[in-house]
Amino acid sequence: MATTALSPATETYRRSWVLDWLTTVDHKKIGILYIVNSFIFFFAAGILALVVRTELAVPGLQFLDVRTYNQAFTMHGTIMVFLFIVPVLSGFSNYIVPLMIGAPDMAFPRINALSFWFLPLGGILIFAGYLFGGAAAEGWTLYAPLSNGTYSRGVGTDLWLVGLTLIGTASILGAVNFVATIFKMRAPGMTLFRMPIMVWTVLVTQILIMLATPVLAAGMIALFIDRNYGGSFFDPNSGGNPVLWQHLFWFFGHPEVYIVILPAMGVVSEILPVFSRRPLFGYRAFVFATVAIGLLSFSVWAHHMFTTGQVFLPFFSFMTALIAVPTGVKMFNWMATLWRGSITLATPMLFALGFLSMFLIGGISGVMLSSPPIDFHLQDTYFVVAHLHYVFFGGSVFGVFAATYYWFPKMTGRRLNERLGKVHFALHFIGFNLTFFPQHFLGIAGMPRRIADYSPDAGWTMWNLVSTAGAFLIAISVLPFLWNVVATFINGEKVGDDPWEGHTLEWATSSPPPPYNFDRLPPIRSERPVFDLRHRHDAEQPGAGHAIEEAAPGSETPS
Amino acid sequence: MSTQAPLPISHREAGMSTPLIGMLLFIASEVMFFGGLFAAYFNARAVHVGSWAPPSPAPALEILPVPLPITIILIASSFTMQFGVSAIRRGDQRAMRNWILLTLVLGVTFLIGQIYDYTTLGFGISDGAFGTVFYTLTGFHGAHVFGGTVGLTILAARASRGQFSKDNHVAVEAISMYWHFVDVVWIALFSTLYFLR
Repeated sequence: MATTALSPATETYRRSWVLDWLTTVDHKKIGILYIVNSFIFFFAAGILALVVRTELAVPGLQFLDVRTYNQAFTMHGTIMVFLFIVPVLSGFSNYIVPLMIGAPDMAFPRINALSFWFLPLGGILIFAGYLFGGAAAEGWTLYAPLSNGTYSRGVGTDLWLVGLTLIGTASILGAVNFVATIFKMRAPGMTLFRMPIMVWTVLVTQILIMLATPVLAAGMIALFIDRNYGGSFFDPNSGGNPVLWQHLFWFFGHPEVYIVILPAMGVVSEILPVFSRRPLFGYRAFVFATVAIGLLSFSVWAHHMFTTGQVFLPFFSFMTALIAVPTGVKMFNWMATLWRGSITLATPMLFALGFLSMFLIGGISGVMLSSPPIDFHLQDTYFVVAHLHYVFFGGSVFGVFAATYYWFPKMTGRRLNERLGKVHFALHFIGFNLTFFPQHFLGIAGMPRRIADYSPDAGWTMWNLVSTAGAFLIAISVLPFLWNVVATFINGEKVGDDPWEGHTLEWATSSPPPPYNFDRLPPIRSERPVFDLRHRHDAEQPGAGHAIEEAAPGSETPS
Repeated sequence: MSTQAPLPISHREAGMSTPLIGMLLFIASEVMFFGGLFAAYFNARAVHVGSWAPPSPAPALEILPVPLPITIILIASSFTMQFGVSAIRRGDQRAMRNWILLTLVLGVTFLIGQIYDYTTLGFGISDGAFGTVFYTLTGFHGAHVFGGTVGLTILAARASRGQFSKDNHVAVEAISMYWHFVDVVWIALFSTLYFLR
């Protein structure tokens, strides 16, 4: 067995820190670049959300014309999905997964850097529409025939397509990298069924990205050909089919939902056990549920298309309801983990619990929408907007903040201020529910999504006003978070290598970790090697499990 | 932590090498990409009214004089590629380079043949659904062949500098996998376009 002695002081030559960050191939630095870049786009798209909500606060067009409004909600959706939620979770995965499996880096470090740098480039291209006569304005789904060259003139849509194809290429390369890393770079002893749940969820997520994104790329290229070279993929006048776009888009778009929720589930599955002082309940069931979600996610896409009349309703309705089963298994596992645990309500735990409750609501409204009679009534209403925000925002974004509070000490050696964190959580939680819960009522009352204005007689005014107030509360909640990050980064409490008493391997190295991550690894004999290490003396008590002391280091090889 | 006996950090070399796994995963994503394009083809065909053929006045698609010969050329190039891989597995770098150069010539011949074929067809990408799917599918396949020829050129150049050996030639294995994949896509595409009429 080849031994590589790696010292934390490994330093070959010096260069300026700017050049160092621009050219880095270290997965930890790339992870941080991903996260910072994603948060910048998060704030930009958040401002667009405020613009949309402000316009909708009361009836009448106050300060936007219809065209600007269309661009605002289109860009809000596009940026939030493709340049915030997916990449920020990829960023955390990038930072944490190699640490969790005891690897020195990703399998292909340079491809890793390439995957990241496509992101700001693609984002700038998408935003550049604003400089060239207006950004894309067809909604983030870009449905044909609205998105064809007749109804959407101007290069905004073309820039959207080019930028998004770049970002898609980047995520495919990133996915290849993650899967190869998880299969080939695990430390001795780290068998598949000893991988932390986070690694499992990232594995399934990245396989979904690898197999779903190319289909979207094919669709976007087809649309680009239609718009620029006179193609007729989606043009019924010359033999095309506009519904084909919806198939291609949602064949990607529904796995996409699981691409953004699975890593957040992984984050929560790491945090709940640590702050409950219990192992995750039903590890294997959780793994199989994750794999089942991954498989089923490819058979539910047409539930976005019930009202097209061109899909087989019973099949897609049944599969959509079915995918709630593995999700329910996970919910059960999380609750059972908390049950009789010794719970501490630190900020990461608060956000994880927020995830549990908010994602539950989003999941339940999802099952409601899987029923065609209900879906026909609620298609393209604010009920769907509420549902998707409970999944994306109440689910994934709560997971992202949980991850930020949980791993900030790992990345910097300093812990974010707990008091400010709790203020952030409280404002965020209240603001989120104030914004999106009333949208269920608006949707049931028939308010369509993507409209810039509505009649004062429609009876939608009050809940719209409440929703807008909530949106501003979310915006305000970001301020203590930002202040917290900056102040902690400059002068935060230094908390050592393992402030939370974590369970998984990332806490076995220093905080922040040295280049190439580990001097040495603790023996890996369960999915909680650092927990085992911390409590190895407990195990010496009579009858308490001699196996931990007896097994020779490295005697087992991963499967 | 310091009381723990250090465990050596090692890379496991068992099983398939990491770059090859990376290439296989990438090919899996490419399968899905072409899957999307093929789905578009069959969808266009399914909703098409009338006979599924090039828009008039263009003649029907014929496998002669060009498509069949270039198909045979491309299939042959998979064999020459594999002879190159076998050569470097024996450690014969010179033979490998020659086989790769031959493969490259065959690949470029395929591309030239396809471009020539385009000029004789009598319809364009904007001539209805048939034209759109025909040129998109064959065009993206051609782009992948072009990508493969770039890879082959790099292999040939590296072989000229003596960078491969019996034990160290993972790039050759990876590019050959990709080349075979592009070949298989063409067989599927050729059968779809010319036989499933």
